[in-house]
Amino acid sequence: MAFEDFNPALAAELLIRFIREEVTKVGFERGVLGLSGGLDSSVVAHLTARALGPENTYGVLMPYRTSDPASVADAQMVADQLGIRTIRVEITPMVDAYFERFPDADRIRRGNAMARMRMLVLYDLSAALRALVIGTSNKTELLVGYGTIYGDMAAAMWPLGDLYKAEVRRLAQYLGVPARILEKPPTADLWVGQSDEEELGITYDLLDALLVELVDRRRPLEALVADGHDEALVRRIAEMVRRSQFKRRTPLCPKISSRSIGHDFRYKRDWGS
Amino acid sequence: MRFRIALAQIRPSLGDVARNLALHLETIARAAEQGAEVIVFPELSLTGYYLEDLVPDVALEPARSEVVAALREASLRHRLDIAFGCIEVGEDFRFFNAAVYVSRGEIVHVHRKLYLPTYGMFDEGRYLAPGDTLRAFDTQWGRMGMLICEDMWHPSSVYLLAQDGAQILLCLSAGPGRGVRGEGKLGSIEAWETITRSAAQAYMIYVVYVNRVGFEDGAVFAGGSVIVDPFGRPSASAPTLDEALLVGEVDVGEIRRARLFYPLLRDERLDLVLRELKRIYARRHRLAPSDEGS
Repeated sequence: MAFEDFNPALAAELLIRFIREEVTKVGFERGVLGLSGGLDSSVVAHLTARALGPENTYGVLMPYRTSDPASVADAQMVADQLGIRTIRVEITPMVDAYFERFPDADRIRRGNAMARMRMLVLYDLSAALRALVIGTSNKTELLVGYGTIYGDMAAAMWPLGDLYKAEVRRLAQYLGVPARILEKPPTADLWVGQSDEEELGITYDLLDALLVELVDRRRPLEALVADGHDEALVRRIAEMVRRSQFKRRTPLCPKISSRSIGHDFRYKRDWGS
Repeated sequence: MRFRIALAQIRPSLGDVARNLALHLETIARAAEQGAEVIVFPELSLTGYYLEDLVPDVALEPARSEVVAALREASLRHRLDIAFGCIEVGEDFRFFNAAVYVSRGEIVHVHRKLYLPTYGMFDEGRYLAPGDTLRAFDTQWGRMGMLICEDMWHPSSVYLLAQDGAQILLCLSAGPGRGVRGEGKLGSIEAWETITRSAAQAYMIYVVYVNRVGFEDGAVFAGGSVIVDPFGRPSASAPTLDEALLVGEVDVGEIRRARLFYPLLRDERLDLVLRELKRIYARRHRLAPSDEGS
């Protein structure tokens, strides 16, 4: 397996330092994140609490009426474990008020709206608390585009953005995330019974393994097929990576002047800090 | 002869030269208090690393710069030599990733980075021009050479400096940390250990490797600064990832001792190397695709 030599202690140390330094050097002391009761946000809560202190870490619980009640309970369990502050904001009235205008909207639209409503809450609380939004997206979902742009993908930073799902799981074990959270099947919990693996049509283990070959090791698609992987599946995954590139970039900007944003006006975010 | 050398494993701010100069002066004062006679800062210590379009804003002419003047003045006041990193603008308005050595108020040597990594996470070639000379230089503490990070990954750089008489190699670095597989260490730290030790051992020289720490846009610089003695043994090392001021000793007597046991430099055959390099160069030149049609 590709991740057996992953060193969670070293990864945790780097990520904790990353959060602490990138938050504090731009003048903040606090972090705020959406706590779903799932694996990724539990891990980010652990890392943020260690980086900034539990007193500076805010977990926001944002259930919708169709959310699994166990999710909120699990989120609260992680918050209690860490001693971080929690804020509960029901998003049902906001989401439902919007869809009164579009009652026929399908579940994809509704799911995206929930993700973006949570973004709205997090960014509002970011201003209210003077806390940076710490994102919970991981490398696997970022690469295949399994996230809502300007929704759950909206954040100041993605501490898990260079870790595959299997590595997040190893990190969770190392950090002491409760077993119940480690064991439950990953879900975006946007509708009842939703499952990441069912929706993606592939297990995370296989998806991670394919992405490591394609992205990290830069092996050609044909080599993966020669290794015995199903060609149609490998092509589908490679295509998902390509088609979701827009989600990982800033919006397109035309190039008509001598110096243009997104083309030849180049500075790091950490400019001056 | 022995002297004490300080390795300033600092965390520069990106593009804030005034703040970085203050950090240099404060670090120099602390090193002097600890009896250091030389202090070495990391690559681009005055500016930060991922400068991109900030390059022209932070560039300076060492001979005329007030920032460099402040460091020259510090070298006089504290009676210690200072090696630091900056962006140098040349008279032809090209920009260089430079390492400057000052002593007793004067600029002794400027090294312009020879190899600008422009691949993967690096993009230096887009913004900077490569230097085209490599020279060892004399100091009150012996003959030294300076390299900047990627320069050291080209064994020819160390070879040339050693043949030019350098006995103490200063490597100013902004080396990223990456690779969280396996036991204990970052993969990139292990690579640097291999390179610095083999360089010291192959040429019986001191290698003083100074790497920065801190994050820039999520990329971490790993630290792990080290003094490697002429037998290839680390004689003092700083932690990874944390800021540190490491003061260690360079004993020129150790260079003599190493060269008595291993007279490899004596046996070096420059004539053979030159002859073969000329042959290889000529062959490559003839075979270059751009020349085939002409």
